[in-house]
Amino acid sequence: MDNENTPSTAARRQFFADTARMACGVGLLGLGVGLYARHARALPPAAIRPPGALAEADFSAACIRCGMCVRDCPFNILHLAKPEEPLSTGTPYFVARQLPCEMCEDIPCVKACPTGALDHSLKDINKAKMGLAVLVDHETCLNFLGLRCDICYRVCPVIDKAITLDPQTNTRTGKHTLFIPVVHSDQCTGCGKCEKACPTEVASIKVFPLTMAKGQLSAHYRLGWVEKEKAGGSLVAPDAAHQYNMPEGMKYEHGKGLSPMPVQPPGVSAAPAPAPAPANGLPKALQGNKL
Amino acid sequence: MSANSKQLLQPGAEAVITKGWLGAHRWLILRRSSQIGILLLFLVGPWFGWWIVKGNLSFSHTLNILPLTDPYIILQSLLAGHVSDKMALTGVLIVTVFYLLVGGRSFCSWVCPVNLLTDAAYWLRVRLGIKGSAHISRQTRYWILGMTLVAAAVTGSIVWEMVNPVSMMHRGLFFGFGLAWAVLLAVWLFDLFVMRHGWCGHLCPVGAFYSLIGKWSLTRIRLPLRTACNDCMDCFAVCPEPQVIRPALKAIGGTPPLILEANCTNCGRCIDVCSKDVFVFGTRFNHSVATVAGVSQVTPK
Repeated sequence: MDNENTPSTAARRQFFADTARMACGVGLLGLGVGLYARHARALPPAAIRPPGALAEADFSAACIRCGMCVRDCPFNILHLAKPEEPLSTGTPYFVARQLPCEMCEDIPCVKACPTGALDHSLKDINKAKMGLAVLVDHETCLNFLGLRCDICYRVCPVIDKAITLDPQTNTRTGKHTLFIPVVHSDQCTGCGKCEKACPTEVASIKVFPLTMAKGQLSAHYRLGWVEKEKAGGSLVAPDAAHQYNMPEGMKYEHGKGLSPMPVQPPGVSAAPAPAPAPANGLPKALQGNKL
Repeated sequence: MSANSKQLLQPGAEAVITKGWLGAHRWLILRRSSQIGILLLFLVGPWFGWWIVKGNLSFSHTLNILPLTDPYIILQSLLAGHVSDKMALTGVLIVTVFYLLVGGRSFCSWVCPVNLLTDAAYWLRVRLGIKGSAHISRQTRYWILGMTLVAAAVTGSIVWEMVNPVSMMHRGLFFGFGLAWAVLLAVWLFDLFVMRHGWCGHLCPVGAFYSLIGKWSLTRIRLPLRTACNDCMDCFAVCPEPQVIRPALKAIGGTPPLILEANCTNCGRCIDVCSKDVFVFGTRFNHSVATVAGVSQVTPK
């Protein structure tokens, strides 16, 4: 035996060896679990959280996987994720194409949550942001093809607000109108009823988690028309009324298009009325049709 | 080897002779009734629509009055950066007080469904005569416990719940297993072939957490008749944490006749198998010993 290997030295060495072994072994396990958990950090596109769910990063800290929301959902739409499913094991979700959220007014799932992973400050289900509907495939949407399907528009619980039908000219026929479903993110709750009801073989409108569905303008972007409205008038130059060179006897109105000019009584000029003078006191030279 | 002597080798055989089969299995039967009863309480909801208890071991609501929350998962949630609502915190308080009274790791032997699984593995291990066992320190569970808490703080999410076999089993039973059965099978096979009392006795951080509550818990195994011990070793053979018995039984370092080790699961199996009635349930403040004649006296400190 080595001279230095007194019992206390040996014990100390053993202690350090044991500690190192334990720390490495458990550290390795922790690394594995941590990496596995990272995979489940982003929600898969088909999995929608119940109403009131915190943002995914906060939700994964708050949800204790008790399943109370699942139990109190009167329509049994919620599931707890199984280990093989690509989201955090045991957390609740629903698949809109199977069973969408029925938007209960008393929101029992949120009330059932003991930790606040589903935010109790959500009192109005119409304010829920479970996800966002996206008309994901124009090529198969029946309304885009010129039919009056309108089912997504009709089933929407926030009808005529979350989805509107915007008329556009059907350039294929040249004489019909396309009623294009347009989703408005400020109104859409992500309930998924549109996706469930979409009659195409694979839904043309789908609900995705907000992080996936929603774009964001850069912070420095300004929308001219919004700024103009805020300021009560143009910020760079006063508006000039647009001048059209119309065929004789025709007039053009924004939104309506060309129409025959009403027959003017004799003596009255057929020229368009001059634009009303802006009330901002700009020099006359900068106003109206002089620009 | 004759059948008779083989039977005598079974721990508890002598107790069956002195106390009868029922007397020698009393706590085991009560414990299994508790484990299975609790599972049934949860299961009659999804099976028959009798919602006595909703939820699972992470959080449950009994008769819409009694919230019970797993303090361990709430601690992870807290470290991950979320402060739970009042409902969950009330449940934490109730559960913590309860286990401070009945013994921290009573959770493991009286409530946890995985114990049924690992006990079955141990039972089969003994029947199959599997002798070898991998050696890992029983302290490993505290390292894993620490790792789960650090992981929660670092990642900002309750990562241990992604793989925790304990909650996976309970959740699976009531909400659907999926592939969780494979995880549980792995735990069972590990206990059967790789390591004696492997999961519950060495690795499980849930048990490690409850043992921390058990450090101060009231209900304890007392050994008022430790002088009557005839060294038959039956208690050591059945105990899932045999290291907890020796200090109290052999009065090592002046240990009072109480099992004060935090990892005693209060399963009561030692009481069952002891033919000399050395063990009883009691409180940690009761240091009295009984003489064989039945007269109590207090051990000098």
